[in-house]
Amino acid sequence: MDAKVFVYAVHKDGQADDSALELLAAAGTLFPGCAPTALVTGAGSAVAAVAKELAAAFPEVWSFDAASLAYPNAELLRPLLVKALPAGAVVLLPHTTLGMDLGPGLSVKLGAAYVPDVVAADGLEGATLKVVRQEYAGQVSAHVTADVSGGAVLTVRGGAFRPGTPAASGRIVDQSALAEGLTARRKFVEVIAAEAGDIDITREDVLVSVGRGIGEQENLELVHDLAKAMGAAVSCSRPLVDAKWLEKARQVGTSGQTVKPKVYLALGISGSFQHLGGLKGNPFLVAINKNPKAPIFQVATVGIVGDLLELLPVLTEKIRKG
Amino acid sequence: MASEPFSPATALVAGIPARFLFVLIPVAGLLAFAWIMWRRIIPLLKAAPDPRMGQIGQRLFLVLKIWLAQWRHPRYLLAGVLHIVLFFGFLVLGARSTQLVFLGFREGFVLPGLGGGLGAAYNVAKDYAATAVFLSVVILGVRRAFFRIERYAVPPALGKDHTPEALFVLGMIATLQVSESLFEASLLAAGGGSAPVLTLSWAFRHLLAGGSVPVLARLNLAAYAVHDLTFFYFLCFLPMGKHFHIITSLFNVFFMRVRLGNVKPVRHGITDAELDDLKSFGVKKIEDFTWKHILDFYSCVDCGRCSDRCPANAVKRPLSPRFISIKARDHIFKRFPLIGKASGESENLIGGIFSEDEIWSCTTCGACEEECPIGIEYIDKMVDLRRGMVDDGMVPQTLQKPMAALEKRGNPWGKLEKKRGDWTKAVGDELPVPLVENGESAPTLYFVDSMTSYDDRMQKIAQATARILHHAEIEFAVLGKDEKDSGHDVRRFGEEMLFQSLKEQNLEAIRESEASRIVTTDPHAYNALKKDYPELAPSVTHISELIALGVESGKIRLRPLEDTSKTYTYHDPCYLGRHNGIYDQPRQAIDAIPGLKRVEMEGNCRDRSFCCGGGGLMLFYEPEEEMRMGVVRVEQARQAGADVIVTGCPYCLTNIEDAIKVAGLEGKMEAIDLCELVDGQLQRG
Amino acid sequence: MEILVCVKRVPDSAENEISVEAGGADIRRDDLTYSVNEWDNYAVEEAIQIVEREGGNVTVVSLGDGETEEVVRREMAMGANQGLLLVDPAFEGSDGAGVASILKAAVQKGAYDLVLTGALADDGAAQVGGMLAAMLDWPYASVVNRVEVKGGNTLLIGREIEGGAQEVSEIQTPCVLSIQTGINEPRYVGIRGIRKVASVEIPVLTAAGLGLDPAAIGAAGARVKRVDYFVPPAGAGADMLTGSNEELASQLVELLKAKGGLK
Repeated sequence: MDAKVFVYAVHKDGQADDSALELLAAAGTLFPGCAPTALVTGAGSAVAAVAKELAAAFPEVWSFDAASLAYPNAELLRPLLVKALPAGAVVLLPHTTLGMDLGPGLSVKLGAAYVPDVVAADGLEGATLKVVRQEYAGQVSAHVTADVSGGAVLTVRGGAFRPGTPAASGRIVDQSALAEGLTARRKFVEVIAAEAGDIDITREDVLVSVGRGIGEQENLELVHDLAKAMGAAVSCSRPLVDAKWLEKARQVGTSGQTVKPKVYLALGISGSFQHLGGLKGNPFLVAINKNPKAPIFQVATVGIVGDLLELLPVLTEKIRKG
Repeated sequence: MASEPFSPATALVAGIPARFLFVLIPVAGLLAFAWIMWRRIIPLLKAAPDPRMGQIGQRLFLVLKIWLAQWRHPRYLLAGVLHIVLFFGFLVLGARSTQLVFLGFREGFVLPGLGGGLGAAYNVAKDYAATAVFLSVVILGVRRAFFRIERYAVPPALGKDHTPEALFVLGMIATLQVSESLFEASLLAAGGGSAPVLTLSWAFRHLLAGGSVPVLARLNLAAYAVHDLTFFYFLCFLPMGKHFHIITSLFNVFFMRVRLGNVKPVRHGITDAELDDLKSFGVKKIEDFTWKHILDFYSCVDCGRCSDRCPANAVKRPLSPRFISIKARDHIFKRFPLIGKASGESENLIGGIFSEDEIWSCTTCGACEEECPIGIEYIDKMVDLRRGMVDDGMVPQTLQKPMAALEKRGNPWGKLEKKRGDWTKAVGDELPVPLVENGESAPTLYFVDSMTSYDDRMQKIAQATARILHHAEIEFAVLGKDEKDSGHDVRRFGEEMLFQSLKEQNLEAIRESEASRIVTTDPHAYNALKKDYPELAPSVTHISELIALGVESGKIRLRPLEDTSKTYTYHDPCYLGRHNGIYDQPRQAIDAIPGLKRVEMEGNCRDRSFCCGGGGLMLFYEPEEEMRMGVVRVEQARQAGADVIVTGCPYCLTNIEDAIKVAGLEGKMEAIDLCELVDGQLQRG
Repeated sequence: MEILVCVKRVPDSAENEISVEAGGADIRRDDLTYSVNEWDNYAVEEAIQIVEREGGNVTVVSLGDGETEEVVRREMAMGANQGLLLVDPAFEGSDGAGVASILKAAVQKGAYDLVLTGALADDGAAQVGGMLAAMLDWPYASVVNRVEVKGGNTLLIGREIEGGAQEVSEIQTPCVLSIQTGINEPRYVGIRGIRKVASVEIPVLTAAGLGLDPAAIGAAGARVKRVDYFVPPAGAGADMLTGSNEELASQLVELLKAKGGLK
């Protein structure tokens, strides 16, 4: 099938987000042989900078530079893309809050099939795309087919497709004119950042969780260092909250928060029933504990019997070195 | 006294007979008192019904023990003994006070029956009584004024300190004794008589010796007037605050609870089948309480003993039982004023005088009710307030999930029903446990309940129990997937209809099992089956009772303890101890193990046991507290010199084991269930 | 405000109850219990709170089968004024767009100022709300965690975006919002509450009643279809790693990268 494939590229501070290259890889896997075009929207010099960056990976880049696009408002992006994209186009979006906001309505306006949160490819036969999705918070997987003869809008789960190291010298096409006269009945006002004190571990995708096995309160620093290096949040089991080492908002458990991360590190956590009761969604669970009989090893994906105080600094260093 | 030198009844003040005044004062006083009492009774009439005339014999016994013998007072020794003096003093002085009223207008009045020898003896007794009362109030006054007693303290948010009022009342009582003694002494001084030695009257008598008759007459009249005025002022003052208990305590004790561990129905007089027709469940406004509850509010003496023993209060949750009573009492006084109509719409209590967390904080441990010297009840009020909150949808999110899970799956974690009996597969030693779900049965049913069935750690209790029952040659079966949560805490958290549903399902399953007796290791289940399941036919026993019997009869044979280096202590679970009176059997069971050294947590054991933190739905609630109750308990064990805490309840075990970790005592302190301990020492083969 | 909330009856899955039937045609359903989708419940609570403040009515609608009624009734026990059921064998097998087109027909039968859905449901697709809005040509916002009625057909809304930040926007009504959990604290509904609404009438609409062409909905009209369920092979218990701290760290870094654990 030779539909035109497009990738919406998210960017921040003049640099493309990792998802752009992941989507490029996804495009290549889902639609082998296609030559995807990156879509870069925004206002000002960042657009050109990102377009240039992506031209080194994508065969083609379309840039849309307009004041109205300074903030990626899905209600504006949707009519823009409907204007810009050819009939039967395939659009790949990251499965983020933007993707969820933009994708479903976009598929309707384009008259295309919509397949959200794709985690793996399963082949393309003519105009039938086959993918893998998950349902029930990841408890089961499903093979899904989509009739893409009329085009498709797909959102792709972060981390599902490893970016390759593509080299290209794509041409950059300035499509900014298409952004003229765009209006929407939803107007962006502002972003209120989460307060430093406002920990909400329930929204985190990656959690570094610590339990009594950490020993002394001073050792928590090792955990904070690791979390920082990973770009993850710190959570914990109840004893640390009761001991007032960490805030209640960080507690995972039946009497604490319920979390659904994709990756969960259980450091010095025995895996009690009350703690695991707060952990849903079958995350990739790495358990490190010095007790080989700790129940956590029955539910973990990967386990290490070892000394946290020795292992954590080594791990943090390795991550920092990249 | 036949011929007196003077008397108030014949005195003249500026030419006017004083007795007009001394008729006026009592009449006005009694009228005012009657009015006040009437206003105080009105809320009782508007309140919900509460039949309390059953079990008269037991009620009379409680009146004799708790009210007359002041049985609970010495638990706080100094205040308790002094109060006993005051109480008996007042009882003795009752006759004298009555006589004094009449002496204001009937010269030489003597109460019928108190002439002659009995009267003389009484006059001696009353002088000693007045003296003892006077000395007591002086000591109490000094104590109140100069020493800070923690349980009397008033948190600033709840208003002004109560000390000035307390001192005022002590002052009035002292005034009554002084004025009565002066009245007596002035008469004696004028007539040449003498007072019993070392009494107040005696002291005044000596002070007044040699006084001239006119002066003594004036003094006598003045003392009388002061006494009369003070007496009737005090009488009208009683229903205005905590001294109302002087009038209500007898009734409050007569009507106090006679059964332990049960919970009042949603509304007395409404059967379970009629519950659906009720417009509103629970207590939302003050009038929704029963008349006995309102009487409780009137009777609260503000002594703070309940809050002093309350574990929630100890860990600084927003609950203080004493203030539940005081705030409610003040609310009633405001809503039903002495003059004028009840003000407007009755306010919602939750969000008004009470906060949601205040009411959810209670673990229903019963320490407050155990301590109250005049039989005030708290648990039913908490349950009723919770019923009201549940009815209005005000349930904390942390409790909604387990309640929904209980409805869907019969256990608060939402675990699959078919896994409820899975623990039976790991009892070991080729001990298959018959499961009623498989059609098997036995004369004894082991009702396991949710915690012990599903929690990995607590399943060990069930397995140990299975081995003990097998050792004692008791044939038993377990319901398995047809067993639902007993609903004990569902009911006490106010979800009455869900409780009814769980109860019906369990009754059905128990009937089908054809068991003739039930044994359980969970005190909450034990209490539910015994008190909340009136339709239940089989008898219910706790495992500790069975073990104690087995050890006595020789059916259970125990090996000596291998490691005798440890010191054990037994923690009384609230629902085994206070609510069911089972204190001795677990101790007998533990003491039956040769070589085991056991200590008591003195001052905090048996009916003064400190709650571990609560069971059932309390495991899911997130309280605002400064530390965990379990940690307080573990600290008490440590101070008693113990390094092993034995308990007979899965919730106690989980709370205490967690607390040991939090307190940083892992390795230095451990907790074990009674069944695990006994199972470990069973003689095999 | 006239508010329509779309709710779905889904299996309870909080305790990892979901497994696949032999052959993969469906999940195993014999042990499952069902409830209203948690996100939808937050949406109903939000609608009730808006109406408590601004006046109006809350209608709860659900597309389903004979069992779906219990869920609609529960939301009415919570405080929704009316219920509506969309039941027809022709609806079975609909994909997201199919469901959205059926709901669109129901929306157009009333005069609503606001339509709420939950942000996502059991299939994790998070699609129906956005599709519905586009079909109605109404503005849309997803994962909404704050709604304030400003007057003059404007709502101030907050969306929960990555990092726990809140994206604030103004949106014109009528509009569709998909609601994120945590926006409020839903009130409790017990057995008693449900019994109180046990005999309230809930109208049922079929495909014909909604004026829908059977060919455009249901399995016939679906472009996206689920072929089967399966469980990717997993190891027994944890895969235990061994080696020196250096080696373990290296292995972990690789695994974390692959699973999206490093940002």
